[in-house]
Amino acid sequence: MLETRKVNFYYGDFHALKEINIKIPANSVTAFIGPSGCGKSTFLRLFNRMNDLIPDTRLTGECLIRGENIYHKSVDVSVLRKKTGMVFQKPNPFPKTIFENVAYGLRVDGISNRSFIADRVEQSLKSAALWDEVKDKLKKSAFELSGGQQQRLCIARALAISPSVILMDEPASALDPISTSKIEDLIHTLKKDYTIVIVTHNMQQAARISDKTGFFMLGELIEYDDTKKIFLNPSKEETQNYITGRFG
Amino acid sequence: MRRAIEKVVEGLLTVSGATTSAIILLIVVFLFKEGAGFFRHSNVENGYSLCVSGKNPVYRLSSDEIKKIFDYEIVSWDEVGGESIEIVPFRMGNIMERYSEEELGEDYINLPAKIIEVTKEIPGIILFLPLQYIPDDVSVKKIEDSRIDVSDFFAGTDWIPTATPSPQFGLLPLLLGTLWVGLFAIIIALPLGLGVAIYMAELATPRIRNVLKPMIELLAGIPSVVYGFFGLVVLVPFIQRTLNLPVGETAFAGSIVLAIMSLPTIITVAEDAMRNTPQTVREASLGLGASHWQTIYRVIIPYSLSGISAAVVLGIGRAVGETMAVLMVTGNAAVIPQTLFEPVRTIPATIAAELGEAPAGGAHYNALFVLGCILFIITVVVSISAELISKKRVDS
Repeated sequence: MLETRKVNFYYGDFHALKEINIKIPANSVTAFIGPSGCGKSTFLRLFNRMNDLIPDTRLTGECLIRGENIYHKSVDVSVLRKKTGMVFQKPNPFPKTIFENVAYGLRVDGISNRSFIADRVEQSLKSAALWDEVKDKLKKSAFELSGGQQQRLCIARALAISPSVILMDEPASALDPISTSKIEDLIHTLKKDYTIVIVTHNMQQAARISDKTGFFMLGELIEYDDTKKIFLNPSKEETQNYITGRFG
Repeated sequence: MRRAIEKVVEGLLTVSGATTSAIILLIVVFLFKEGAGFFRHSNVENGYSLCVSGKNPVYRLSSDEIKKIFDYEIVSWDEVGGESIEIVPFRMGNIMERYSEEELGEDYINLPAKIIEVTKEIPGIILFLPLQYIPDDVSVKKIEDSRIDVSDFFAGTDWIPTATPSPQFGLLPLLLGTLWVGLFAIIIALPLGLGVAIYMAELATPRIRNVLKPMIELLAGIPSVVYGFFGLVVLVPFIQRTLNLPVGETAFAGSIVLAIMSLPTIITVAEDAMRNTPQTVREASLGLGASHWQTIYRVIIPYSLSGISAAVVLGIGRAVGETMAVLMVTGNAAVIPQTLFEPVRTIPATIAAELGEAPAGGAHYNALFVLGCILFIITVVVSISAELISKKRVDS
């Protein structure tokens, strides 16, 4: 589903990602773990070309979704981004109503069929396990929701554009434990329809929700394997040290 | 020791905060107190009075009626509730023409007697006299002093504070002049200002921005009299020539100068607001496939709306309160504006131009304070409404 071949990424002179090769299967949850500044977020943001927004960056190698090189000249970035939903570290709803937040991706796509939009909003909110909590206040500002609800709203917003891939950049790090467990349950149910890649600082979380885990350190992908193997029997010493808490 | 210093600093800060608030409050109280004094003044010039014949049933005249009588616009007493007799207005000058200096005597000692005489001769007479010469006689009746009427002030269409016998303090030409110039200034400045703000916040490369931003901030530091000078020397003749007007000093010239003056404020504040939009919100929009432009008008502008309305308010505040530049280019004719291309006079320009010649404590002096109050109220209303707008938009 997602694949990179010899990817190198530079912020100016800083070599942020080094020779990364990975193959991520469809309809699975893949977690990236590693110490701060190891490049896992940068790597995640390659898949919807979010790093394009940062000036003075450079990429070599190939980055593919379903076998298509997404950095090819012929690729329309906004079409690519419609296929990859993204959820950020902090809930970041738009200054709009709950309904309009979820409908946003459809509206910018030029869709104006009201019943279609209403159906899709309802469906997305249900998939994000938020519908029952907000169905009576769709016209209220998104800022009236709690942090956990806002984050699920952001997930619903990403689902509304029917992406095939969902990229999550530490989606639960700013939330309380109850909201976190709701998000984790949600990730579990979403897995059957979407390919999910999640960056997390929380190793228990990675162990709980992911099928595969990649361990990053200093811009290198040290180890990438089934989650069970990584946590129970890692083949590299650095991985072993990190997950047992000896550093990082 | 450190604890004590902290206490002292805390105390100092509290005191300075309290004093500042108290001073602001005192200024406002002073302004309104002086303004309220205006409505206690008589509608006839101080030290003078109007007299009519003792048989005349009219005992009270509004300032508008007095003005029309002395302008020969009202010619018969029946128009103001009296009998059908022709009105003959008499000022001191008319008395002097009628009687020689000898007849009036030294220090006008015979003047009261002569007034009785002339009043008997001309039954429709109305005299405008200094108080000390009014004779104490049944044949001469003083028109009752009436105070300046609130409605005369707010609905009055003439601003002639030096008119005799009854100065005209009509707010409308000044108020409309102010709003007229301010409104068009904002209409010109807002699209330009927001356009530049969007360009600088979202589109300009850092290099262009680093040049543009200090330049625009520099514009804000230029004294307003310089803008006025520029307007007078460049803009006014240009407008006069291109539009073929009798005078170039028009509301239009004022609006343009004001628009240029309020641009730096609008641009700086709006741009800061837009740049304060969190990067992740921007990325969320782009991540959903929105184009840069869609992100700007669907997310960044709504996100920074309170900052943008602050920019608008500051712009309007500048436009409504600005004095010097407007005074120099608008022509200062206190008439109700019909088009953009005629001279107008604004409230602040009136205060600046007339305060020097208004005797302290007189009706004119207090009238200028009322204008100040009105300016104050306009600014308060504008900021409150902007506050409400921005709040409402965030809530919905």
